[in-house]
Amino acid sequence: MGSRNADMNEQQVSESALDVSARSRLAHYLREEILPTAFCPGCGCGTVLNLFIHTLDRCGIDQKDLILVTGIGCSSWIPSPYLKADTLHTTHGRPIAFATGAKVMKPDKHVVIIAGDGDLAGIGGNHLIHAARRNIGLKVFLVNNYIYGMTGGQVSPTTPAGVCTTTTPYGNLEPPMRIAEVVAAAGADYVARWTTHHVRRLMYSMETAMRKGGFSFVEIISQCPVNYGRKTNFKEGLDMLGHFRSNSVFVEAASKMTESALEGKIIIGTLMNRERVEFTKALRDFTAERVSQSGALED
Amino acid sequence: MALDTDKKTLRRKYLKRFSGETKFMQGDAACAYGALYGGCDFFAGYPITPASEIAEVLAVELPNIGGYCIQMEDEIASIGAVIGAVWGGARAMTATSGPGFSLMQENIGYAVMTETPCVIVDVQRSGPSTGQATLPAQGDIMQARWGTHGDHEMIALAPTTVQECLTLTADAFNLAEEFRNPAIVLMDGEVGHLREKVVFPGPTEIKIKERRLTDSADRVFGGEAIPPMVEFGHGSFVHITGSTHKETGMRDVFTREVHDRLVRRIYSKIDDRRDELVRVEEHFMEDAETAVVSLGVAARPAMGAVLRARDKGKKVGFLRLLIVWPFPDKKISSVGKRLKRIFVPEMNLGQISREIQRFADCEVISIPKIGGVSHTVQDIYSVLEEKR
Repeated sequence: MGSRNADMNEQQVSESALDVSARSRLAHYLREEILPTAFCPGCGCGTVLNLFIHTLDRCGIDQKDLILVTGIGCSSWIPSPYLKADTLHTTHGRPIAFATGAKVMKPDKHVVIIAGDGDLAGIGGNHLIHAARRNIGLKVFLVNNYIYGMTGGQVSPTTPAGVCTTTTPYGNLEPPMRIAEVVAAAGADYVARWTTHHVRRLMYSMETAMRKGGFSFVEIISQCPVNYGRKTNFKEGLDMLGHFRSNSVFVEAASKMTESALEGKIIIGTLMNRERVEFTKALRDFTAERVSQSGALED
Repeated sequence: MALDTDKKTLRRKYLKRFSGETKFMQGDAACAYGALYGGCDFFAGYPITPASEIAEVLAVELPNIGGYCIQMEDEIASIGAVIGAVWGGARAMTATSGPGFSLMQENIGYAVMTETPCVIVDVQRSGPSTGQATLPAQGDIMQARWGTHGDHEMIALAPTTVQECLTLTADAFNLAEEFRNPAIVLMDGEVGHLREKVVFPGPTEIKIKERRLTDSADRVFGGEAIPPMVEFGHGSFVHITGSTHKETGMRDVFTREVHDRLVRRIYSKIDDRRDELVRVEEHFMEDAETAVVSLGVAARPAMGAVLRARDKGKKVGFLRLLIVWPFPDKKISSVGKRLKRIFVPEMNLGQISREIQRFADCEVISIPKIGGVSHTVQDIYSVLEEKR
C-alpha cells in the first residue's frame, strides 16, 4: 500500500478524496510509466479511472488483493494497461467468464471487471446475466457510452433509437437495452446507474459495489464526444455532461413517472441492494463438506 | 477446515483407494479420472453429447478432493473460466464435442498467445454443424491443429482405448504445463461411450509435472523458450493480454520485431522439440512392405485388418499415432522411404492422410468413412487386398 497520510482521519480523507493533492497518495495504483492515457479528448474513461482509484483508496484495498479483468473496447483500457494490479485482458465480451474462474480459485481477492456496453451488454451479454444469477462476488463497472467507439462509432445495444451511427446512417431502428434493469432482474446483489456527470454519487456507488459480498454492478453512462457526439451534435465532452445533467431522473422520481415522460431520460440511483448467498462462498462450503465426507482425509 | 489440507495430499490419498483396481468403465469416465491423475482441480464445462459424462463424473469426484467443477452458460464461458482459473493457480480442463469445440476456438487462441496451460477434451462427433449428434467421427483433427486463427503450434493426443482415455488425459496436463500451451485430447464418440477394462494406476505412478512459478512479472512472456508463470494475488502485478506483448506482458502491437519474436517463440517452443513429442505405436514394421497408419478409435479395426493380412502372409505393418500434433513428420518421412504404400483409415473424408502425403514419398491411400459408424475390419482389409 502507498503512503496514505497518517495525519488524516477517515472523515478528512473522504472530504479531500477528489482533491488534486490526492495524486501522490493514489499514484501507486497506476502504471505511471505508461501515462498519459490514450483516451480521446473529452472521453469519460479518464473520469472512471480517476474515480475507481479513489474508490480503492477509500476502501483501503491493497492492490495485491485486486484482480482486474477486462475485454475489448475503449473502456477496457481503463484497467489495461493503466492500473497496476494483476490484470487479465481477455477476448471481446468474455471478461466475466474469465473472471469467474479467477474468483473461484481466489475467492478472497477483489475481482473487478471494467468494460463497455458492446463488450458486456452486446457480445458478452449472456455471461453478465448468468454471473448475476449465480451472484458470484464479481464487481462489474460497465462504462456505457452508447457506441462501439474503438471500431469507429457503430450502433451498440444501448444506442438510443433514432440515433445515427456509422452502421445506422439513417437512424437506429432498434430500442436500446436497459442493461442495469436486466442485471437486477437476473439476480445481482447490488445494481446502480450513474453518469460521469454525477462524480461523487458515482464514487460512493462504486465504493458500495466494492464493499458488497455478492455480484455488484454499476452502469456508468459516459461520454464519447468523438464517435458518439459527432453524430449526435455533442461536439465537446462537456456538451454530453450537460446532457446527462439535464436528462437524469432519480429512480425514486422515475417510479412516479409515466413511460412517455421517461422517454429519453437516464434513470439514476440504486436499482437493487440486497444480500444473497455469494456463489464462491457456497462453493467453498460445499467443497469443504464433500472433502470431509469423501474419506480423502483418511489414511 | 477440510480445505486447508494440502490439495495434493488430498488427491494422493483419495486416488490411493483406486490403485491397481480393475474397473469396467466408459471412455468419458476414464478421461475424467485421467484428469484427477493429471492433477486437475478445476473443471468448467457445458453439456454436450457425447462428452457430458466427463463433466458428470468430475462433478462427483472433484469436490471429493477439494477441486471445483462448475457448469457454465456456454462453451465460450467454459474455456474462459478455465483460463481465468489457471492464472488463479488451477490445473484446469474443459470437455466438449464438435459444436462446442468450434465455439471455444477464439479462447484457445487466447490460451496459446498468453501461454496458459490447460486441457481441452474434444469428444468428436459427426459434423459439420449439429450433424449426427450422438454418433462418432474423427472430423476435428484439422480443427484441433488450425481451428484458432494465426500462426501457432498445437499439442493433441488421440486415445484408442478406454485405458488411454485415462492415461493420455493425465499426460495432457503434464504436456500443457511442460510447454505452457493448451493440450487437446482428441477423443471420439465411440471411445467416449465405449465400455471396457481399465486398470487404475497407483496415485504416484503418473508423475505430475509441476508448474514453474516466479514472483516477478518481468519475464513471464519471454526471455527464454518457455518462461515461468506467476499466480494471481502475489503482488507481481502481471499484465496478461491476447494482444501482441513484450516480455513483461505489456501490450506493443505496432513493433514488427516484438510480434515476430513473440509468435516465433510460441511456435518454436513446440516445433523445436517436436521429436520429443513423437508417440507412435509400431507393430510388424521390421519386414513391412506396406503399412496402415491410423489413430483414435479407427486404429482398432485398422489393427484387425493388419492382423488378418498378416495371417494371410502379407507383409503389412501398423503405426498408430498417440500424439497427432505436433505431427510426427520425420517418422512418417522415414517409413515412407522404405514402404510401397501407406493406408490411412480414418472416420472423416481424409484429414490425417493428407498430412501423411506431405511427408511420405510412397503412395498414400486414404480409407475414409463417415456416417457415424466406424470401419469394419473388412472395410479396411478389402482395400489392403485390392491394392496389395
